[in-house]
Amino acid sequence: MSQNKYWQSFGEVNDPEDFQKKSQDEFQEELPFEGFDDKGLADAKAPRRDFLKYLGFSTAAAALAASCKVPVRKAIPYANKPENIIPGEAKYYATTYVQDGDVVPVIAKVRDGRPIKLEGNVIEGSNYALGGTSARAQASVLDLYDMHRLRFPQHRVVKTNAEKKEEIKFEEVPSFEKFDELVGNAMKAAGGSVALLTSTIVSPSTKDIISRWPNLKHVQYDAVSYSGMLMANEASGFGKKLPSYKFDAAKVIVSLGADFLGTWLSPVEFAKAYSKGRKIDEKDPAMSKHYQFESFLSMTGSNADERFTHRPSETGAVALSLLNAVSGGSSATGNATLDAGINKVAKDLNDHKNQGLVVCGSNDKNLQIIVNAINNAIGAYGSTIDWGTTVNYRQGVDSGANSIEELLAEMEAGTVGTLMVYGANPAYDYYNKDRFIAALKKVKVTVSFSEKMDETTSLCEYVLPNHHYLESWGDAEPKSGVISFIQPTIYPLFKTRYFQTSLLKWSGNNTEYEDHFKTYWGSLGADYNKTLQKGVKETAGTVSGGSYSGGGIDAATTAIQGYKKGTGSELVLYQTVAIGCGTQAGNPWLQELPDPITKATWDNYAMISMAKAKELGIKLNNDYEYYPEKPLIELTIGKNKVEMPILVIPGMDAETIAVAVGYGRNNEMGRTAAGVGKNFYPYATYNGETVNYFTTGVSATNLHKKYKIAQTQKHNSYENRKEVVRETTLAAFKKEPETIPAYRKHLEEDFYNNANGNFRANATLYPDADTRKHEIRWGMSIDMNSCNGCNACVVACHAENNVPVVGKREVLRFHDMHWLRIDRYFVSDEKNPDNLKAVVFQPMLCQHCDNAPCENVCPVAATNHSNEGINQMAYNRCIGTRYCANNCPFKVRRFNWADYTGADSFPDNQDQTIVGKLDPVVFQMNDDITRMVLNPDVTVRSRGVMEKCSFCVQRTQYAKLDAKKNNRMLKDGDVKTACQTACPADAIVFGNAYDKTSAIAKVREENPQRSFYVLEQLHVLPNINYLAKIRNTEEADERWKVKHKVAGHGEAKEGHEGKKEGGH
Amino acid sequence: MIPCKPIGQRLTTLFLSVFVFSFINIVSAQDGKTIFNNKCASCHTMGKDAIGPNLQGVVSRWESMDMLRMWIKDFNKAIAAGSPRAKEVVTFSPTSMQMFDGNITEDELTAVIDYADKWQPPVVQTPNGEPQKGNDNAVIFGVISLVLAIIALILMQVNSNLKKLSDDAEGISRPDPVPFYKNKVYIAMIAILFFIVGGYYVTKGAIGLGRQKGYQPVQPIYYSHKVHAGINQINCLFCHGSAWESKTAGIPSVNVCMNCHKGINEYIKGPKLYTEDGEEVNGTAEIAKLYKAAGFDPKNPAAWDPSMAKPIEWIKIHNLPDHVYFNHSQHIKAGKVQCQTCHGEITEMDEVKQASELSMGWCVNCHRNTKVNFNYTDSTGNRFYSIYEKFHNDIKTGKMDSVTVKDIGGLECQKCHY
Repeated sequence: MSQNKYWQSFGEVNDPEDFQKKSQDEFQEELPFEGFDDKGLADAKAPRRDFLKYLGFSTAAAALAASCKVPVRKAIPYANKPENIIPGEAKYYATTYVQDGDVVPVIAKVRDGRPIKLEGNVIEGSNYALGGTSARAQASVLDLYDMHRLRFPQHRVVKTNAEKKEEIKFEEVPSFEKFDELVGNAMKAAGGSVALLTSTIVSPSTKDIISRWPNLKHVQYDAVSYSGMLMANEASGFGKKLPSYKFDAAKVIVSLGADFLGTWLSPVEFAKAYSKGRKIDEKDPAMSKHYQFESFLSMTGSNADERFTHRPSETGAVALSLLNAVSGGSSATGNATLDAGINKVAKDLNDHKNQGLVVCGSNDKNLQIIVNAINNAIGAYGSTIDWGTTVNYRQGVDSGANSIEELLAEMEAGTVGTLMVYGANPAYDYYNKDRFIAALKKVKVTVSFSEKMDETTSLCEYVLPNHHYLESWGDAEPKSGVISFIQPTIYPLFKTRYFQTSLLKWSGNNTEYEDHFKTYWGSLGADYNKTLQKGVKETAGTVSGGSYSGGGIDAATTAIQGYKKGTGSELVLYQTVAIGCGTQAGNPWLQELPDPITKATWDNYAMISMAKAKELGIKLNNDYEYYPEKPLIELTIGKNKVEMPILVIPGMDAETIAVAVGYGRNNEMGRTAAGVGKNFYPYATYNGETVNYFTTGVSATNLHKKYKIAQTQKHNSYENRKEVVRETTLAAFKKEPETIPAYRKHLEEDFYNNANGNFRANATLYPDADTRKHEIRWGMSIDMNSCNGCNACVVACHAENNVPVVGKREVLRFHDMHWLRIDRYFVSDEKNPDNLKAVVFQPMLCQHCDNAPCENVCPVAATNHSNEGINQMAYNRCIGTRYCANNCPFKVRRFNWADYTGADSFPDNQDQTIVGKLDPVVFQMNDDITRMVLNPDVTVRSRGVMEKCSFCVQRTQYAKLDAKKNNRMLKDGDVKTACQTACPADAIVFGNAYDKTSAIAKVREENPQRSFYVLEQLHVLPNINYLAKIRNTEEADERWKVKHKVAGHGEAKEGHEGKKEGGH
Repeated sequence: MIPCKPIGQRLTTLFLSVFVFSFINIVSAQDGKTIFNNKCASCHTMGKDAIGPNLQGVVSRWESMDMLRMWIKDFNKAIAAGSPRAKEVVTFSPTSMQMFDGNITEDELTAVIDYADKWQPPVVQTPNGEPQKGNDNAVIFGVISLVLAIIALILMQVNSNLKKLSDDAEGISRPDPVPFYKNKVYIAMIAILFFIVGGYYVTKGAIGLGRQKGYQPVQPIYYSHKVHAGINQINCLFCHGSAWESKTAGIPSVNVCMNCHKGINEYIKGPKLYTEDGEEVNGTAEIAKLYKAAGFDPKNPAAWDPSMAKPIEWIKIHNLPDHVYFNHSQHIKAGKVQCQTCHGEITEMDEVKQASELSMGWCVNCHRNTKVNFNYTDSTGNRFYSIYEKFHNDIKTGKMDSVTVKDIGGLECQKCHY
């Protein structure tokens, strides 16, 4: 049996020597000194004398500027200081992130009146507010300060300009009263019916308002629809509802293409529950088993223990076969590997009756009926699926009563007089957007309540922007019996109004939504304030299996049997964890967030299989990986042809091409989203009942052209040191649990035999780091078994630490600034990289080494060690030699190549004409409004300094001060880092490792067999330990075995070289 | 400067002894003073009547100490007990006195009554003693070096002339000597000297960039800290309350000023006020500026609407660079540092000026020298420090006698820079 191999790029697998050579270079491109050519320095654009002139002038100017008077700074206190507000101290308010049906209860940190950070709301004893957030929830605080938000109510007018051409312009409506009057008159004049088109509404008080408007047609429409599930559940006797899924109760989890950890339904909640079943007790190792059937490599799929791939059009066949197999038959899809897999899964499900759970990401009603039948057969209802508590995350249906199809027909018939749109954007994300646009023209009065000038809003006549949720009162009922309140954390920044107030006023009820909200929840009585303070109120429902009826199965089976297996290639549309369905596409943090699988930023692209790449003549060598220029292909989808850059991903179905939705926005959405990627919603298909997010009969041709994609994975090389990742199978781990401790022992005994008994102190030339010992030693433990790669921590770090956004152009030049990145490793057979066994996600941040290689090489001692174990970075001391970054074995240091933050004293430092241009998004992040999101406790770094993870030192310092102020000792849990609180899977534990009772000390004590330090042989003594990833398979693992026995000396030698390198 | 040394010495001794005695006196009443400043000073002023009456010699005015204590804890009880003094003093002001029952311990009460009763106006110490003798050695050495350098130059010139003469005498023809101003050795020496001296001043100037010790801008309202914090002894935290809880000391909002100035609408009793340039300031007119910002009409106080107040745009004096994290509560509440340690004798300043350099060296020196109170077992120390087991053991075994801020990491970069 061949060995497993860990790899990050194809170059590494296919041509390791060249890969090594290329990863030596710090810069992949020639250094871009424009203006220097062969003519010699004197003739260059900036010759030596000019240089000296500028030097002299700038020195003189700087001296002159500095000798002038220091600017007068004002200190303006409140006129009347509100009670309970202490300037400089943060306040925390419980509120709720609601977006397109996603609900995350959060705590907003408000500093001096500005919300600057969101954390997951944790309520003791709660079943819902369990903490953790998604990347999008984390980033939503930046949306509040988006300079592209609409700032006042406006009215579209057609004007004739100087060249006598008609121009469409939006003009400000001076007051809300005037707006009400305008719309009121227009509605009266238009007659016809009034319709309200929204995304899923989870707010009970809003639903109440809608229901009070007689004859108002309310249509809910979800950009990515769950209509298939709603309809199937109705057919199975549960009603048009969605149940609660209990991933923590499931021993066997089967997902048919559902990305439930990343984007499906309620990923934060699911990730929390899922991770519970994935935590390992070393004394009795056991974990849930996760099978994934899918056509491309999704984030959830990459976490699966076993994956099986198939064409998107085969999903129905897979579901049917699985139903057949769990009911005692055997699978017959015609694909041997798939059949074996389905039979295995069916046996596992049957062996774990009442402990299995099958979820399906398809939006096909018939498919979901079959999935319901499977869940019924394995006893999931009442055990892992709870109908006692239904969820409201998605309510839109694609056809039938109150569907968008019905609305469109009425609009086309001209019976709709007024259309109001809130939270929905069909002119962008409807599969047949042209039909919507045409139908919209037949509506006389169109009103949009959008916060931004999105595609639909720009077609509407009246625009009255709604408040951002952080400026609003509101409520959400994510699940039956769970109420999560929204409360304002800042006074509205712009002239905006609750859309609910408009509904109230226009229906003749002259109350403000705020008052209505308070009246509506007056029923809570004394509980109202308590709920507001805590954020969430729960009434526990009883677990119920519901009333399943198998009535629809036969029809569904017949229908699925009629589905044809797709021809040619198949295009599947998916959502990324960053952009989702596209509502937050204007968010710079999210656009710069590397995708968990492809590590690409600032684009969508076509993910293709290795087989397809071969067919298209794309060689997977270093040139493919090394340079950002990726091949462009032309996709022929029906009558349309579209050019897309490709990324080759292992473990894909050979004929599947996957493209993310949410990209390709209009210019009004802001400079961040405009021009990024292409809109693929139009390639979704409609089967007469629901929208399907795949299409068959697609062909691809290689255009032999190139397009640059900014990927981050290749930016950091460990120089072939493989001890960064530790991963094995459950079987191998059970068999040989002592692999990691034995390796450590071997390093101590065999290699450093001259350590005179004190390995820690004497294995280094430098003074023993342990003598810096004190009573606090901050440490972190990251459980790679829990980490699912969702990237929430990366955005949280952005928000907490003022990490700059650099834009695509800079990411292309490896100048990304993420303090925390998630490294993605593919695990495959050494010989066959396409045979993907697993994907390992490893959050990588400064390891805060006690024997840090970076500290030794800094010529100005700008980076040094604190007695609490933190590797400190003093920005204002740094002179920018970058020696530290070059000497860091983990490549976690980030250099400010340009003045990304506008923090420099000299404004001209943002002008990069000699070395390149900064993207507009960098300037957007420097806008006065956007800068309100900055954390005032963290320095904004200027050009030319190094930065990196600080272990959220502002939080450790604050916690210590708080303890001192209250005359008490530091408690475990006083400090939680931003990444830790953001993590929905509880993968990160942080605390004082010297405190024996702390969570971090316990984790390390309880997991001696899985706990490892990255590149232990370098003896850099990190303060972060990882827990090895374990896959729940029975496979033997050669690599896990050989570590300390056969290849032990070889490893040691490699380590020795590494040591030498690190030391000098 | 007085040339006669003995007289100078005698004067110094006299002044020092006065100072030391008064200091001892202060120490004995220290607790009482602190309690007074924290609990009483918002209404009572020593030496004169304010919102509350003057408390100097208060014990003698009461029929018994018990009755006085009862009054302070709960004045209603004292009246009910039939105290004649209580009935008299209750009419002193329309505002009734705060009840301190439960807020003050018996010991504290004793200390504060003792302090108030025995209080005497501070001795005004006008001449600030003899100024410290400057170090004249540097000047002397400088002059000596300069003279020696000139002599060396003259000797070198003489030497070269003599050499030329002797060469002429012996008939050896040598090229004409280069005049000294063209001599490359001299030029090089002067250049080096210029670089050293110039470099010294440039470096010194560069280090001092952005430092504003002594900065004393003209504020929109002539607000005298001397009158408020000095003469009237209002506790710093009464107005700058957030210094106790937050990183910023906070500048009082208009409503805080108006708490007192609703009643105090003219400046008559205090000493005359002068600007830094010596111009006299009309205190009442300055209070009027406050009223303007607050939208308050002293003739019609009932009509005042505090919500119409506009903030006063004060000029910030103490500026730290953006890359410095400074937290007032860390120093005031956790570290128990007096405000004056950094802000200077604020009670003596009419217009505030920056008293300290606020440079990193200045911060760090204090962190090196300041001792941390490790006695967490009694009430003075902080429980937080119990974590430092090693230091506690070292103190017990006599290895170290005290722990400074430096020892617990107060000099590390990321204690202030992050």
